[in-house]
Amino acid sequence: MFESLFSGFDTDIFDEFKRLESEMLQLFGNSPWPAGIRAMQRGAFPPVNVGNTPERVDVYLFAAGLDPKSLDLSIQQNLLAVSGSHKVKVDEKADYYRRERFDGDFRRVITLPDDVDPDRVEARYRDGVLQVTIQRRESARPRQITVN
Amino acid sequence: MAANQEVTARKSTAVDERKTRAQEAPMLPAVDIFEDAHQITVQAEMPGVSKDRLNVQAHHNELLIEGDVQLDMPAGMTAFYADLKTTKYRRRFVLSGELETDRIAASLKDGVLTVRIPKRAEFRTRRIKVDAQ
Repeated sequence: MFESLFSGFDTDIFDEFKRLESEMLQLFGNSPWPAGIRAMQRGAFPPVNVGNTPERVDVYLFAAGLDPKSLDLSIQQNLLAVSGSHKVKVDEKADYYRRERFDGDFRRVITLPDDVDPDRVEARYRDGVLQVTIQRRESARPRQITVN
Repeated sequence: MAANQEVTARKSTAVDERKTRAQEAPMLPAVDIFEDAHQITVQAEMPGVSKDRLNVQAHHNELLIEGDVQLDMPAGMTAFYADLKTTKYRRRFVLSGELETDRIAASLKDGVLTVRIPKRAEFRTRRIKVDAQ
């Protein structure tokens, strides 16, 4: 008698969720590469992207509203460490509905390719993105080999 | 049999569409929202968005915040590692009737967007004095 209450739904959507979940697991969860020893969990602050050309490596740290004076950057061989403080000013008189912005100190260590030159590093902060450019060693750049 | 084939064909295009949509899916910027006696303030973190690539609008009682990330990238760059996989931020909020949507003010500094939405005068909080005997 009550069957119609339960059978009327389109169960497709649940299959759909299952399919999406398994696709994501395939992509991220069961990835054939083990995670880097210094890699952080998803959602760590600040998010980082690293790009590559034969001449240089660029690291982008997405950290809006930073005081560049609070930043501490250091490089040791191919390990780039960035730490700083991301303080969010709290309005004491206001009522908060959402507080999602990261508030506090952070530190991220990024493993760069082995051939970077730690003596040639530049950093700038613009539109809330800290961009660190590290040149690669000449000797490591690809060279054209002529066949006689 | 023919009907079955048709169903499979339709399903596979649906999956393709979903894949493209997932790639274009915008990021939700992290926000703080707070209210005082005069206004509601929304602060959204959108690093990499410059003023000319930002869109803030109030329409039909909905506040829309969106922006495109633009990075200074040398030609021929390939990705080595990426936490952020899309270049779009987008978030929407439903506003309520006591807010003055035609007097919204927005400012952007170092990737932090601040939107201030004033409340209509008659809705500003008034302290109520309690008389005690």
